[in-house]
Amino acid sequence: MESQANKILDEVTQGDYKYGFVTDIDTEFAPVGLSEDTIHYISAKKNEPAFMLEFRLKAYRHWLTMSQPKWAHLNISPINFQEIIFYAAPKKKKELSSLDEVDPELLATFNKLGISLDEQKKLAGVAGVAVDAVIDSVSVKTTFSETLSKHGIIFCSFSEAVQNHPDLVKQYMGSVVPYTDNYFAALNSAVFSDGSFCYIPKGVRCPMELSTYFRINAANTGQFERTLIVAEEGAYVSYMEGCTAPQRDENQLHAAIVEIVAMKDASVKYSTVQNWYPGDKNGLGGIYNFVTKRGICKGSNSKISWTQVETGSAITWKYPSCILLGDHSVGEFYSVAVTNNHQQADTGTKMMHLGKNTRSTIISKGISAGQSNNSYRGLVRISKNAVNSRNYSQCDSLLLGARCGAHTYPYIQVDNKSSIVEHEATTSKISEDQLFYCQQRGISNESAIGLIVNGYAKEVLKQLPMEFAVEAQKLLSISLEGSVG
Amino acid sequence: MLLQIKNLHAGINGKEILRGVDLEVNAGEVHAIMGPNGTGKSTLASVIAGREVFDVTAGEIFYKGKDLQKLSIEDRAREGIFLGFQYPVEIPGVSITNFMRTAVNEVRKFKGLDPLPAGEFLRLMEEKKQLVEITSNLTNRSVNEGFSGGEKKKNEIFQMAMLEPTLAILDETDSGLDIDALRIVANGVNKLRRPDNAFVVITHYQRLLDYIVPDFVHVLFEGKIVKSGGKELALELEEKGYDWIKKEQE
Repeated sequence: MESQANKILDEVTQGDYKYGFVTDIDTEFAPVGLSEDTIHYISAKKNEPAFMLEFRLKAYRHWLTMSQPKWAHLNISPINFQEIIFYAAPKKKKELSSLDEVDPELLATFNKLGISLDEQKKLAGVAGVAVDAVIDSVSVKTTFSETLSKHGIIFCSFSEAVQNHPDLVKQYMGSVVPYTDNYFAALNSAVFSDGSFCYIPKGVRCPMELSTYFRINAANTGQFERTLIVAEEGAYVSYMEGCTAPQRDENQLHAAIVEIVAMKDASVKYSTVQNWYPGDKNGLGGIYNFVTKRGICKGSNSKISWTQVETGSAITWKYPSCILLGDHSVGEFYSVAVTNNHQQADTGTKMMHLGKNTRSTIISKGISAGQSNNSYRGLVRISKNAVNSRNYSQCDSLLLGARCGAHTYPYIQVDNKSSIVEHEATTSKISEDQLFYCQQRGISNESAIGLIVNGYAKEVLKQLPMEFAVEAQKLLSISLEGSVG
Repeated sequence: MLLQIKNLHAGINGKEILRGVDLEVNAGEVHAIMGPNGTGKSTLASVIAGREVFDVTAGEIFYKGKDLQKLSIEDRAREGIFLGFQYPVEIPGVSITNFMRTAVNEVRKFKGLDPLPAGEFLRLMEEKKQLVEITSNLTNRSVNEGFSGGEKKKNEIFQMAMLEPTLAILDETDSGLDIDALRIVANGVNKLRRPDNAFVVITHYQRLLDYIVPDFVHVLFEGKIVKSGGKELALELEEKGYDWIKKEQE
């Protein structure tokens, strides 16, 4: 019976990647490789103030003293940083004042990806989604900026923020993820080229979903973006990010940083649907996705919620975390990570309880197929002062087939006696009984696996904003199915 | 003829369970298959449905004149074969509504029809739920997850009503049911009986046949149908027990 189920799973999980196309865009590149010259080049290209160049150089010099971490359950081929192009930008002839001036090839690219950069196209009665579109190293268009500015909300590319709001950038950049944090954070801090910036003033509830769409297009380049979200006292924002990349035989590096600051009573919801090119069936090519995401609940009663659906990338190394500094603050992490073929994922979270009565929830659902490896790695740390704190963790693994691996590495450290930590974990398989039951109702194997996997991940998927939930559900099925991709 | 089984031999892992079954079912008929434990009743149901763990070693099965063994499990279902499971499996996180919508639309696609619009689908659900006296919140729950024995069987009959099969095989649908649930399940079946469909009801006990009155009763014993008759055969079995068959066979 087992072998039957495995045979079906193998057949069904041979999918193709449908975002693998390349767009022919006139692009300018930095010279290949990494040195202080590269950093000067990037900073000059972006016409940055002195503090930025200084920050980058300090990060670069620190990075030189570090070595790549080896503790993750990942098999990473050596990365030659001298072969990577650290800056690639679509050429533009003048400042863009309207959508008409955006390269039609770029518009077509985003349309093909299902991302509308046209503000007029929003559906009647729907609040709409503001989009910052980032291609390779730069943001090409941010929609709804004007509408949002009426509420005092700043939503723009990181580069624009550096130009127009240098004080805010100076105050918060590196305050949650310092450049000394880890190898890839240091690298990003040295060479990051763009990303999104979002500032919600005191008492403002952001009236629409904000989102950034990241697209790698150029070959041999790395994408290093940086996102910074600041929610002042009592503010609320829901933020989403999506990402895709062309299909190439070489591995491409993506090392990003996301920092979130939530003040007293503020609430930030951050959702990711990660669909970087995962490499082919034999494990050739794909994105190396090394990301540092961290939020700090600075004020009391603040809340940061991470939801991630990770289906792409050859290698994923990412632990969206919460520092629960404010009393009564809340951290949440909801994750679905799918690995197929030769993909590897080592992902999870860190919940650092520092304030009193802080609470955190971790729901992680790993799905492994093919010959992939999928690890959950999580740290729950409750400090001495974080009295009466609570954590609930649930880490489930679903195995599709007999050649994949699922691993769970939970680390728990509790330094006071009034806190409660719970950890539950399960490992399951799609059974031949379930497949037969579905087939007997006329449901094909592909649809059946899509149904079962989506059912398994439901607890996480329901956390996603509506706009994203449908896409994520489809993506889960596509990542595991043969015909749809 | 809807279903024609000729000299069917089948087994699992090299062990023969069915040893030459012959059965003919016409549209409009209800057949009951009875017999002691372990004589191959459920195997017969699984083989008709196409479950791949069972190997057919000899014999033929024709359904609507087609060689059934050439059809996949899902195509048999789409052609109108329904199996009511003895032990329906749980599918966590998948609501009955979502499950049924997927099933109904895949069957429609097979028949070259467009998917049923959401409104129409929900109306159909409401109509069929009444048939098996299902309360509305049951269909929002995950398929069979945490269901009582009665709820699971009602759910099977509900699915049957939704899919409107031509040949329904009910594998010990009565097992584990109290008398009220049994009545509800049987009523559901009776309401679905039509001149153009047929039922094969597998059961241990005569009790179910008080509610679903069969046209024919067959006794399956050691992998063969050893006795066939009208509904009175079930009563005779109830009275004399299966030992009577065993003795006759010896």
